[in-house]
Amino acid sequence: MNTKTSRRIFKPLVFIASLLPFAYLLYALYSDTVLGTKLLTDDPVQKFDRELGDWTLIFIIITLTVRPLADILKKRELIAYRRMLGLFAFFYGVLHVSSYVGLNLQLDFAEFVKDVVKRPFITVGIIAFTAMAALAATSTKGMIKRMGGKAWTRLHWLIYPIAVLGVVHFYMMIRADFSRPVIYGSIIFVLLAYRYVVKLRRDGKRKRREAETAAA
Amino acid sequence: MLIKFRKASDAHESEVTPKELFLNRRSFMAAAAAAGGTALLPAFPNDARAAFTNLKRNPKFQTLEKPTTLDGITSHNNFYEFGTGKTDPKKNAHTLKPRPWSVEIAGHAAKTGTFDLDDILKPHELEERIYRLRCVEAWSMVIPWVGFPLGDLIKRFEPTSKAKYVAFETLVDTEQMPKQKLPILDWPYVEGLRMDEAMHPLAILAVGIYGDDMPNQNGAPIRLVVPWKYGFKSIKSVVKINFVEEMPPTTWNIQAPGEYGFYSNVNPNRDHPRWSQARERRITGEGGFKALIAPKIETKMFNGYDDVAGLYTGMDLIKNY
Repeated sequence: MNTKTSRRIFKPLVFIASLLPFAYLLYALYSDTVLGTKLLTDDPVQKFDRELGDWTLIFIIITLTVRPLADILKKRELIAYRRMLGLFAFFYGVLHVSSYVGLNLQLDFAEFVKDVVKRPFITVGIIAFTAMAALAATSTKGMIKRMGGKAWTRLHWLIYPIAVLGVVHFYMMIRADFSRPVIYGSIIFVLLAYRYVVKLRRDGKRKRREAETAAA
Repeated sequence: MLIKFRKASDAHESEVTPKELFLNRRSFMAAAAAAGGTALLPAFPNDARAAFTNLKRNPKFQTLEKPTTLDGITSHNNFYEFGTGKTDPKKNAHTLKPRPWSVEIAGHAAKTGTFDLDDILKPHELEERIYRLRCVEAWSMVIPWVGFPLGDLIKRFEPTSKAKYVAFETLVDTEQMPKQKLPILDWPYVEGLRMDEAMHPLAILAVGIYGDDMPNQNGAPIRLVVPWKYGFKSIKSVVKINFVEEMPPTTWNIQAPGEYGFYSNVNPNRDHPRWSQARERRITGEGGFKALIAPKIETKMFNGYDDVAGLYTGMDLIKNY
Protein backbone atom coordinates (compact mmCIF):
# COMPACT_ATOMS: atom_id res chain seq x y z
CA MET A 1 0.00 0.00 0.00
CA ASN A 2 1.50 3.33 -0.95
CA THR A 3 1.42 6.37 1.31
CA LYS A 4 -1.38 8.02 -0.61
CA THR A 5 -3.84 5.12 -0.28
CA SER A 6 -2.98 4.50 3.34
CA ARG A 7 -3.59 8.17 4.05
CA ARG A 8 -6.92 8.03 2.25
CA ILE A 9 -7.98 5.15 4.51
CA PHE A 10 -6.46 6.17 7.81
CA LYS A 11 -7.15 9.88 7.82
CA PRO A 12 -10.94 9.46 8.08
CA LEU A 13 -10.39 6.76 10.72
CA VAL A 14 -8.19 9.03 12.83
CA PHE A 15 -10.74 11.79 12.36
CA ILE A 16 -13.60 9.62 13.61
CA ALA A 17 -11.53 8.24 16.49
CA SER A 18 -10.71 11.80 17.56
CA LEU A 19 -14.40 12.60 17.75
CA LEU A 20 -15.16 9.60 19.96
CA PRO A 21 -14.49 11.37 23.30
CA PHE A 22 -16.91 14.12 22.28
CA ALA A 23 -19.48 11.56 21.16
CA TYR A 24 -19.06 9.77 24.51
CA LEU A 25 -19.66 13.00 26.44
CA LEU A 26 -22.83 13.70 24.46
CA TYR A 27 -23.97 10.13 25.04
CA ALA A 28 -23.21 10.46 28.76
CA LEU A 29 -25.23 13.65 28.94
CA TYR A 30 -28.10 12.11 27.05
CA SER A 31 -28.34 8.83 28.93
CA ASP A 32 -27.25 10.19 32.35
CA THR A 33 -27.18 6.91 34.25
CA VAL A 34 -25.62 3.79 32.74
CA LEU A 35 -25.26 0.57 34.75
CA GLY A 36 -26.02 2.43 37.96
CA THR A 37 -23.32 5.05 37.47
CA LYS A 38 -24.10 8.65 36.66
CA LEU A 39 -21.58 9.12 33.90
CA LEU A 40 -21.24 12.86 34.38
CA THR A 41 -22.11 12.80 38.12
CA ASP A 42 -24.99 14.79 39.58
CA ASP A 43 -23.04 17.96 38.87
CA PRO A 44 -22.55 17.63 35.09
CA VAL A 45 -21.52 21.27 34.68
CA GLN A 46 -18.33 20.59 36.60
CA LYS A 47 -17.67 17.14 35.20
CA PHE A 48 -18.33 18.06 31.56
CA ASP A 49 -15.89 20.94 31.80
CA ARG A 50 -13.20 18.84 33.50
CA GLU A 51 -13.53 16.04 30.95
CA LEU A 52 -13.14 18.50 28.06
CA GLY A 53 -10.06 19.97 29.73
CA ASP A 54 -8.59 16.48 30.07
CA TRP A 55 -9.18 15.70 26.41
CA THR A 56 -7.57 18.97 25.37
CA LEU A 57 -4.42 17.96 27.23
CA ILE A 58 -4.54 14.40 25.94
CA PHE A 59 -4.75 15.60 22.33
CA ILE A 60 -1.87 18.03 22.88
CA ILE A 61 0.16 15.07 24.16
CA ILE A 62 -0.87 12.86 21.21
CA THR A 63 0.13 15.65 18.80
CA LEU A 64 3.51 15.93 20.50
CA THR A 65 4.04 12.19 20.23
CA VAL A 66 3.67 12.09 16.43
CA ARG A 67 7.17 13.32 15.56
CA PRO A 68 9.11 11.06 17.97
CA LEU A 69 6.97 8.11 16.90
CA ALA A 70 7.67 8.81 13.21
CA ASP A 71 11.40 9.00 13.98
CA ILE A 72 11.52 5.84 16.04
CA LEU A 73 9.35 3.78 13.68
CA LYS A 74 11.07 5.41 10.69
CA LYS A 75 7.66 6.21 9.24
CA ARG A 76 7.80 9.78 7.95
CA GLU A 77 4.23 9.54 6.65
CA LEU A 78 2.89 9.72 10.21
CA ILE A 79 3.71 13.44 10.21
CA ALA A 80 0.75 13.88 7.87
CA TYR A 81 -1.62 13.25 10.79
CA ARG A 82 -0.09 15.83 13.10
CA ARG A 83 -2.00 18.87 11.91
CA MET A 84 -5.35 17.13 12.27
CA LEU A 85 -4.53 15.93 15.79
CA GLY A 86 -3.35 19.41 16.76
CA LEU A 87 -6.58 20.88 15.44
CA PHE A 88 -8.52 18.35 17.52
CA ALA A 89 -6.60 19.52 20.59
CA PHE A 90 -7.83 23.01 19.73
CA PHE A 91 -11.35 21.67 19.11
CA TYR A 92 -11.49 20.24 22.64
CA GLY A 93 -9.90 23.43 23.97
CA VAL A 94 -12.67 25.51 22.37
CA LEU A 95 -15.31 23.22 23.89
CA HIS A 96 -13.55 23.38 27.28
CA VAL A 97 -13.49 27.19 27.32
CA SER A 98 -17.04 27.38 25.94
CA SER A 99 -18.41 25.09 28.59
CA TYR A 100 -16.61 27.09 31.28
CA VAL A 101 -17.93 30.44 30.04
CA GLY A 102 -21.30 29.19 28.84
CA LEU A 103 -22.32 26.53 31.34
CA ASN A 104 -20.27 27.26 34.45
CA LEU A 105 -20.33 31.06 34.36
CA GLN A 106 -23.63 31.07 32.43
CA LEU A 107 -22.29 33.78 30.10
CA ASP A 108 -21.52 36.20 32.93
CA PHE A 109 -18.70 37.98 31.11
CA ALA A 110 -17.95 40.32 34.00
CA GLU A 111 -17.29 37.21 36.07
CA PHE A 112 -15.13 35.82 33.27
CA VAL A 113 -12.93 38.92 33.19
CA LYS A 114 -12.66 38.82 36.99
CA ASP A 115 -11.64 35.15 36.83
CA VAL A 116 -8.98 35.77 34.18
CA VAL A 117 -7.49 38.69 36.13
CA LYS A 118 -7.86 37.38 39.68
CA ARG A 119 -7.35 33.64 39.43
CA PRO A 120 -3.88 32.58 38.29
CA PHE A 121 -4.91 29.10 37.13
CA ILE A 122 -7.46 30.65 34.77
CA THR A 123 -4.95 33.26 33.59
CA VAL A 124 -2.53 30.45 32.72
CA GLY A 125 -5.28 28.47 30.97
CA ILE A 126 -6.40 31.43 28.89
CA ILE A 127 -2.82 32.23 27.84
CA ALA A 128 -2.37 28.63 26.67
CA PHE A 129 -5.71 28.73 24.87
CA THR A 130 -4.91 32.01 23.10
CA ALA A 131 -1.58 30.61 21.91
CA MET A 132 -3.37 27.49 20.68
CA ALA A 133 -5.78 29.68 18.71
CA ALA A 134 -2.79 31.33 17.01
CA LEU A 135 -1.41 27.92 16.03
CA ALA A 136 -4.79 26.75 14.76
CA ALA A 137 -5.21 29.92 12.71
CA THR A 138 -1.81 29.41 11.06
CA SER A 139 -2.20 25.69 10.48
CA THR A 140 -3.16 25.86 6.80
CA LYS A 141 -0.78 25.22 3.88
CA GLY A 142 -1.44 28.76 2.69
CA MET A 143 -0.31 30.20 6.02
CA ILE A 144 2.87 28.09 6.01
CA LYS A 145 3.66 29.48 2.58
CA ARG A 146 2.82 33.03 3.52
CA MET A 147 4.84 32.95 6.75
CA GLY A 148 7.77 31.03 5.36
CA GLY A 149 8.90 27.70 6.79
CA LYS A 150 11.30 29.14 9.34
CA ALA A 151 8.93 31.66 10.90
CA TRP A 152 6.14 29.12 10.87
CA THR A 153 8.28 26.50 12.62
CA ARG A 154 9.35 29.05 15.19
CA LEU A 155 5.70 29.97 15.91
CA HIS A 156 4.58 26.37 16.10
CA TRP A 157 7.37 25.58 18.53
CA LEU A 158 4.90 27.22 20.95
CA ILE A 159 3.12 23.87 21.30
CA TYR A 160 5.76 22.93 23.91
CA PRO A 161 5.13 25.88 26.25
CA ILE A 162 1.38 25.43 25.58
CA ALA A 163 1.59 21.82 26.78
CA VAL A 164 3.50 22.89 29.89
CA LEU A 165 1.04 25.71 30.62
CA GLY A 166 -1.84 23.28 30.17
CA VAL A 167 -0.46 20.94 32.80
CA VAL A 168 0.39 23.85 35.13
CA HIS A 169 -3.21 25.09 34.71
CA PHE A 170 -4.49 21.63 35.69
CA TYR A 171 -2.05 21.29 38.60
CA MET A 172 -2.95 24.72 39.98
CA MET A 173 -6.63 23.89 39.90
CA ILE A 174 -6.53 21.03 42.39
CA ARG A 175 -5.50 20.69 46.00
CA ALA A 176 -5.44 16.93 46.54
CA ASP A 177 -4.72 13.87 44.42
CA PHE A 178 -2.30 15.24 41.84
CA SER A 179 -1.98 11.92 40.02
CA ARG A 180 -3.36 13.00 36.66
CA PRO A 181 -1.49 16.26 36.18
CA VAL A 182 1.64 14.43 37.33
CA ILE A 183 1.09 11.70 34.73
CA TYR A 184 0.44 14.22 31.93
CA GLY A 185 3.37 16.32 33.10
CA SER A 186 5.74 13.34 33.12
CA ILE A 187 4.78 12.35 29.57
CA ILE A 188 5.31 15.91 28.37
CA PHE A 189 8.67 15.99 30.17
CA VAL A 190 9.80 12.82 28.40
CA LEU A 191 8.67 14.17 25.03
CA LEU A 192 10.47 17.47 25.64
CA ALA A 193 13.60 15.64 26.78
CA TYR A 194 13.50 13.48 23.65
CA ARG A 195 13.26 16.53 21.40
CA TYR A 196 16.11 18.18 23.29
CA VAL A 197 18.38 15.15 22.94
CA VAL A 198 17.61 14.93 19.23
CA LYS A 199 18.43 18.61 18.82
CA LEU A 200 21.72 18.24 20.74
CA ARG A 201 22.74 15.31 18.56
CA ARG A 202 21.85 17.14 15.37
CA ASP A 203 23.75 20.23 16.49
CA GLY A 204 26.74 18.03 17.40
CA LYS A 205 26.69 16.34 14.00
CA ARG A 206 26.47 19.66 12.20
CA LYS A 207 29.38 21.09 14.18
CA ARG A 208 31.47 18.05 13.42
CA ARG A 209 30.61 18.32 9.75
CA GLU A 210 31.48 22.01 9.77
CA ALA A 211 34.76 21.24 11.51
CA GLU A 212 35.53 18.58 8.89
CA THR A 213 34.74 20.95 6.04
CA ALA A 214 36.92 23.63 7.62
CA ALA A 215 39.81 21.15 8.04
CA ALA A 216 39.53 20.02 4.42
CA MET B 1 -22.43 44.95 58.38
CA LEU B 2 -24.50 41.87 58.10
CA ILE B 3 -27.19 41.70 55.50
CA LYS B 4 -30.51 40.37 56.77
CA PHE B 5 -32.24 37.72 54.77
CA ARG B 6 -35.58 36.04 55.10
CA LYS B 7 -35.27 33.64 57.96
CA ALA B 8 -34.43 30.39 56.28
CA SER B 9 -35.40 28.24 59.22
CA ASP B 10 -38.98 29.54 59.17
CA ALA B 11 -41.49 26.75 59.28
CA HIS B 12 -43.56 25.94 56.24
CA GLU B 13 -46.15 23.33 57.02
CA SER B 14 -46.70 22.63 53.34
CA GLU B 15 -43.07 21.84 52.78
CA VAL B 16 -42.28 18.39 53.97
CA THR B 17 -40.38 15.62 52.32
CA PRO B 18 -42.59 13.87 49.82
CA LYS B 19 -43.75 10.64 51.37
CA GLU B 20 -43.31 8.85 48.04
CA LEU B 21 -39.59 9.17 48.40
CA PHE B 22 -39.66 7.16 51.60
CA LEU B 23 -42.10 4.65 50.23
CA ASN B 24 -40.15 4.20 47.03
CA ARG B 25 -36.98 3.56 48.95
CA ARG B 26 -38.69 1.08 51.25
CA SER B 27 -40.39 -0.80 48.45
CA PHE B 28 -37.05 -0.93 46.68
CA MET B 29 -35.37 -2.31 49.77
CA ALA B 30 -38.16 -4.81 50.29
CA ALA B 31 -37.90 -5.90 46.69
CA ALA B 32 -34.16 -6.21 47.00
CA ALA B 33 -34.49 -8.26 50.16
CA ALA B 34 -37.08 -10.45 48.47
CA ALA B 35 -34.68 -10.97 45.62
CA GLY B 36 -32.48 -12.54 48.24
CA GLY B 37 -29.64 -10.10 48.12
CA THR B 38 -28.21 -8.16 50.96
CA ALA B 39 -25.45 -7.85 48.38
CA LEU B 40 -27.82 -5.63 46.46
CA LEU B 41 -27.58 -3.07 49.24
CA PRO B 42 -23.88 -2.70 49.78
CA ALA B 43 -23.99 1.00 50.43
CA PHE B 44 -26.29 0.74 53.44
CA PRO B 45 -25.50 -0.58 56.88
CA ASN B 46 -26.81 -4.10 57.18
CA ASP B 47 -27.46 -4.21 60.91
CA ALA B 48 -30.81 -5.30 62.26
CA ARG B 49 -32.29 -1.83 62.76
CA ALA B 50 -34.75 -0.85 60.10
CA ALA B 51 -35.69 2.70 59.25
CA PHE B 52 -36.22 5.01 62.20
CA THR B 53 -39.78 4.73 63.37
CA ASN B 54 -41.98 7.52 64.72
CA LEU B 55 -39.48 10.05 63.60
CA LYS B 56 -40.43 13.56 64.63
CA ARG B 57 -40.17 16.09 61.84
CA ASN B 58 -38.90 19.26 63.46
CA PRO B 59 -41.17 22.00 62.06
CA LYS B 60 -38.54 24.64 62.77
CA PHE B 61 -36.12 23.07 60.32
CA GLN B 62 -38.01 22.59 57.13
CA THR B 63 -37.39 24.45 53.92
CA LEU B 64 -39.27 25.75 50.93
CA GLU B 65 -36.81 24.08 48.61
CA LYS B 66 -37.26 20.68 47.09
CA PRO B 67 -35.02 18.11 48.77
CA THR B 68 -32.36 16.45 46.67
CA THR B 69 -33.40 12.89 45.80
CA LEU B 70 -31.95 10.04 47.86
CA ASP B 71 -30.17 8.92 44.72
CA GLY B 72 -28.60 12.36 44.32
CA ILE B 73 -27.52 12.55 47.97
CA THR B 74 -25.94 9.10 47.85
CA SER B 75 -24.33 9.36 44.39
CA HIS B 76 -22.43 12.63 44.64
CA ASN B 77 -20.05 12.69 47.59
CA ASN B 78 -16.75 14.13 48.66
CA PHE B 79 -15.37 11.40 50.90
CA TYR B 80 -11.71 11.03 49.92
CA GLU B 81 -11.28 8.00 52.17
CA PHE B 82 -13.11 6.19 49.36
CA GLY B 83 -11.62 8.02 46.39
CA THR B 84 -11.47 11.56 45.07
CA GLY B 85 -14.08 11.18 42.33
CA LYS B 86 -17.62 12.29 43.14
CA THR B 87 -19.03 8.86 42.31
CA ASP B 88 -16.20 6.90 44.00
CA PRO B 89 -17.67 6.82 47.54
CA LYS B 90 -20.87 5.19 46.29
CA LYS B 91 -18.81 2.53 44.53
CA ASN B 92 -16.26 1.96 47.28
CA ALA B 93 -17.89 2.67 50.65
CA HIS B 94 -19.28 -0.86 51.03
CA THR B 95 -16.09 -1.75 52.91
CA LEU B 96 -17.07 0.49 55.82
CA LYS B 97 -18.58 -1.38 58.77
CA PRO B 98 -20.81 1.02 60.68
CA ARG B 99 -21.50 -1.44 63.52
CA PRO B 100 -20.09 -2.13 66.00
CA TRP B 101 -18.79 1.42 66.29
CA SER B 102 -17.25 3.18 69.21
CA VAL B 103 -16.65 6.84 69.83
CA GLU B 104 -14.01 8.20 72.16
CA ILE B 105 -14.88 11.26 74.20
CA ALA B 106 -11.69 12.89 75.43
CA GLY B 107 -10.14 16.07 76.76
CA HIS B 108 -11.41 18.67 79.19
CA ALA B 109 -14.66 17.08 80.35
CA ALA B 110 -15.91 15.50 83.55
CA LYS B 111 -16.89 12.32 81.74
CA THR B 112 -14.56 10.83 79.20
CA GLY B 113 -13.91 7.38 77.76
CA THR B 114 -14.69 5.15 74.83
CA PHE B 115 -18.34 4.29 74.34
CA ASP B 116 -20.32 2.08 72.04
CA LEU B 117 -22.21 4.25 69.58
CA ASP B 118 -25.60 2.77 70.48
CA ASP B 119 -24.98 3.65 74.14
CA ILE B 120 -24.10 7.17 73.10
CA LEU B 121 -27.26 7.49 71.04
CA LYS B 122 -29.67 5.94 73.57
CA PRO B 123 -30.66 9.03 75.57
CA HIS B 124 -31.18 11.22 72.50
CA GLU B 125 -34.45 11.66 70.71
CA LEU B 126 -33.82 11.61 66.98
CA GLU B 127 -35.65 14.00 64.71
CA GLU B 128 -35.72 14.91 61.06
CA ARG B 129 -34.34 18.25 59.96
CA ILE B 130 -34.15 19.41 56.37
CA TYR B 131 -31.00 21.46 55.87
CA ARG B 132 -29.29 22.96 52.89
CA LEU B 133 -25.74 21.72 52.41
CA ARG B 134 -23.41 24.13 50.61
CA CYS B 135 -20.16 22.60 49.37
CA VAL B 136 -17.14 24.90 49.10
CA GLU B 137 -16.96 23.79 45.44
CA ALA B 138 -20.08 25.88 44.70
CA TRP B 139 -22.64 23.10 44.55
CA SER B 140 -25.41 22.50 47.06
CA MET B 141 -28.07 20.01 48.11
CA VAL B 142 -31.14 19.94 50.34
CA ILE B 143 -30.94 17.00 52.73
CA PRO B 144 -33.44 15.55 55.21
CA TRP B 145 -31.11 14.46 58.01
CA VAL B 146 -31.98 12.28 60.98
CA GLY B 147 -30.10 13.45 64.02
CA PHE B 148 -30.00 15.32 67.30
CA PRO B 149 -28.35 18.53 68.54
CA LEU B 150 -24.61 18.22 69.09
CA GLY B 151 -25.06 20.52 72.10
CA ASP B 152 -27.22 17.91 73.87
CA LEU B 153 -24.42 15.37 73.58
CA ILE B 154 -21.77 17.85 74.71
CA LYS B 155 -23.75 18.71 77.86
CA ARG B 156 -23.90 15.04 78.85
CA PHE B 157 -20.13 14.77 79.04
CA GLU B 158 -19.81 17.98 81.10
CA PRO B 159 -16.94 19.85 79.47
CA THR B 160 -14.92 22.02 81.85
CA SER B 161 -14.18 25.73 81.47
CA LYS B 162 -10.94 24.79 79.72
CA ALA B 163 -12.89 23.28 76.82
CA LYS B 164 -12.81 26.18 74.35
CA TYR B 165 -13.05 24.08 71.19
CA VAL B 166 -14.41 20.72 70.13
CA ALA B 167 -12.17 18.63 67.86
CA PHE B 168 -13.50 15.74 65.76
CA GLU B 169 -11.75 12.84 64.08
CA THR B 170 -12.77 10.40 61.35
CA LEU B 171 -11.90 6.71 61.53
CA VAL B 172 -8.49 5.62 60.24
CA ASP B 173 -8.60 2.05 58.99
CA THR B 174 -7.09 1.14 55.64
CA GLU B 175 -9.18 -2.04 55.53
CA GLN B 176 -12.46 -0.16 55.86
CA MET B 177 -11.29 3.01 54.13
CA PRO B 178 -8.95 1.70 51.44
CA LYS B 179 -7.93 5.03 49.90
CA GLN B 180 -6.31 5.98 53.20
CA LYS B 181 -3.38 3.92 51.92
CA LEU B 182 -2.70 6.84 49.56
CA PRO B 183 -1.36 10.16 50.85
CA ILE B 184 -4.30 12.12 49.42
CA LEU B 185 -4.93 13.99 52.67
CA ASP B 186 -3.20 14.02 56.02
CA TRP B 187 -5.21 11.17 57.63
CA PRO B 188 -7.16 11.08 59.87
CA TYR B 189 -9.54 13.71 58.60
CA VAL B 190 -9.90 16.21 61.44
CA GLU B 191 -12.31 19.06 62.02
CA GLY B 192 -13.25 21.41 64.80
CA LEU B 193 -15.70 23.97 66.08
CA ARG B 194 -15.50 26.73 68.66
CA MET B 195 -17.47 25.67 71.75
CA ASP B 196 -20.24 28.25 71.15
CA GLU B 197 -20.57 27.08 67.55
CA ALA B 198 -20.77 23.47 68.68
CA MET B 199 -23.46 24.39 71.23
CA HIS B 200 -25.57 26.24 68.66
CA PRO B 201 -28.91 24.45 68.22
CA LEU B 202 -28.42 24.25 64.44
CA ALA B 203 -25.32 22.03 64.78
CA ILE B 204 -26.35 18.38 64.82
CA LEU B 205 -24.92 14.92 64.84
CA ALA B 206 -26.67 12.96 62.11
CA VAL B 207 -27.20 9.20 61.96
CA GLY B 208 -29.52 8.98 58.99
CA ILE B 209 -30.99 10.41 55.82
CA TYR B 210 -34.57 10.21 54.56
CA GLY B 211 -35.74 8.42 57.68
CA ASP B 212 -33.27 5.61 57.30
CA ASP B 213 -29.75 4.71 58.44
CA MET B 214 -26.88 6.85 57.24
CA PRO B 215 -25.58 5.44 53.95
CA ASN B 216 -21.88 4.59 54.23
CA GLN B 217 -20.86 7.12 51.58
CA ASN B 218 -22.55 9.91 53.53
CA GLY B 219 -20.52 9.29 56.68
CA ALA B 220 -22.05 6.31 58.47
CA PRO B 221 -22.72 5.69 61.24
CA ILE B 222 -22.46 9.17 62.74
CA ARG B 223 -21.40 12.50 61.30
CA LEU B 224 -21.47 16.18 62.05
CA VAL B 225 -23.80 18.55 60.20
CA VAL B 226 -23.11 22.28 60.48
CA PRO B 227 -25.41 23.79 57.85
CA TRP B 228 -24.07 27.36 57.95
CA LYS B 229 -20.54 26.23 57.10
CA TYR B 230 -19.11 24.73 53.93
CA GLY B 231 -19.70 21.01 53.70
CA PHE B 232 -16.16 19.91 54.49
CA LYS B 233 -16.62 21.13 58.09
CA SER B 234 -19.32 18.48 58.54
CA ILE B 235 -16.92 15.64 59.28
CA LYS B 236 -18.02 12.08 58.52
CA SER B 237 -17.73 8.70 60.30
CA VAL B 238 -16.66 10.26 63.59
CA VAL B 239 -14.66 8.16 66.08
CA LYS B 240 -13.37 10.84 68.44
CA ILE B 241 -14.74 13.97 70.03
CA ASN B 242 -12.10 15.88 71.96
CA PHE B 243 -12.64 18.92 74.20
CA VAL B 244 -9.58 21.11 73.77
CA GLU B 245 -8.30 24.49 74.88
CA GLU B 246 -6.56 25.63 71.67
CA MET B 247 -8.03 25.95 68.19
CA PRO B 248 -7.57 22.44 66.76
CA PRO B 249 -5.99 21.74 63.34
CA THR B 250 -8.47 21.04 60.54
CA THR B 251 -7.75 18.92 57.47
CA TRP B 252 -8.41 21.34 54.61
CA ASN B 253 -6.73 24.16 56.46
CA ILE B 254 -3.62 21.98 56.67
CA GLN B 255 -3.96 21.12 52.96
CA ALA B 256 -4.38 24.71 51.69
CA PRO B 257 -4.31 27.33 54.48
CA GLY B 258 -4.81 30.25 52.10
CA GLU B 259 -8.04 28.77 50.82
CA TYR B 260 -9.74 27.03 53.72
CA GLY B 261 -9.90 28.68 57.12
CA PHE B 262 -10.96 27.30 60.48
CA TYR B 263 -14.35 29.02 60.35
CA SER B 264 -15.30 28.36 56.72
CA ASN B 265 -18.71 29.93 57.13
CA VAL B 266 -20.69 30.07 53.90
CA ASN B 267 -20.03 33.60 52.68
CA PRO B 268 -20.99 34.80 49.18
CA ASN B 269 -18.90 37.94 49.71
CA ARG B 270 -15.64 36.13 50.15
CA ASP B 271 -14.49 34.40 46.99
CA HIS B 272 -12.55 31.21 47.11
CA PRO B 273 -9.18 32.06 45.52
CA ARG B 274 -10.06 29.80 42.60
CA TRP B 275 -13.74 30.62 42.08
CA SER B 276 -16.56 32.92 43.08
CA GLN B 277 -18.77 31.89 45.99
CA ALA B 278 -21.59 34.28 45.04
CA ARG B 279 -23.71 31.59 43.40
CA GLU B 280 -24.16 27.84 43.58
CA ARG B 281 -25.32 24.93 41.46
CA ARG B 282 -28.19 23.13 43.16
CA ILE B 283 -27.95 19.39 42.81
CA THR B 284 -31.45 18.03 42.57
CA GLY B 285 -30.65 14.44 41.70
CA GLU B 286 -31.60 14.93 38.08
CA GLY B 287 -28.51 14.92 35.91
CA GLY B 288 -28.13 15.15 32.15
CA PHE B 289 -28.88 18.15 29.96
CA LYS B 290 -31.39 19.54 32.44
CA ALA B 291 -28.77 19.90 35.16
CA LEU B 292 -26.28 21.21 32.61
CA ILE B 293 -28.36 24.30 31.86
CA ALA B 294 -30.16 24.78 35.19
CA PRO B 295 -29.75 28.39 36.36
CA LYS B 296 -27.44 28.88 39.31
CA ILE B 297 -28.89 30.23 42.55
CA GLU B 298 -27.62 33.00 44.81
CA THR B 299 -25.61 31.84 47.80
CA LYS B 300 -26.76 33.38 51.07
CA MET B 301 -24.66 34.52 54.01
CA PHE B 302 -24.35 31.63 56.49
CA ASN B 303 -26.14 29.53 53.84
CA GLY B 304 -29.30 31.38 54.86
CA TYR B 305 -29.03 30.38 58.53
CA ASP B 306 -28.70 33.91 59.83
CA ASP B 307 -29.60 32.73 63.36
CA VAL B 308 -25.90 32.10 63.80
CA ALA B 309 -24.83 35.68 63.01
CA GLY B 310 -24.59 36.42 66.74
CA LEU B 311 -21.75 33.94 67.08
CA TYR B 312 -19.54 36.20 64.98
CA THR B 313 -20.40 39.67 66.24
CA GLY B 314 -17.42 41.99 65.83
CA MET B 315 -15.47 39.47 63.75
CA ASP B 316 -14.21 40.30 60.27
CA LEU B 317 -15.51 37.32 58.34
CA ILE B 318 -13.46 38.16 55.25
CA LYS B 319 -10.25 37.86 57.28
CA ASN B 320 -11.57 35.01 59.43
CA TYR B 321 -12.66 32.88 56.48
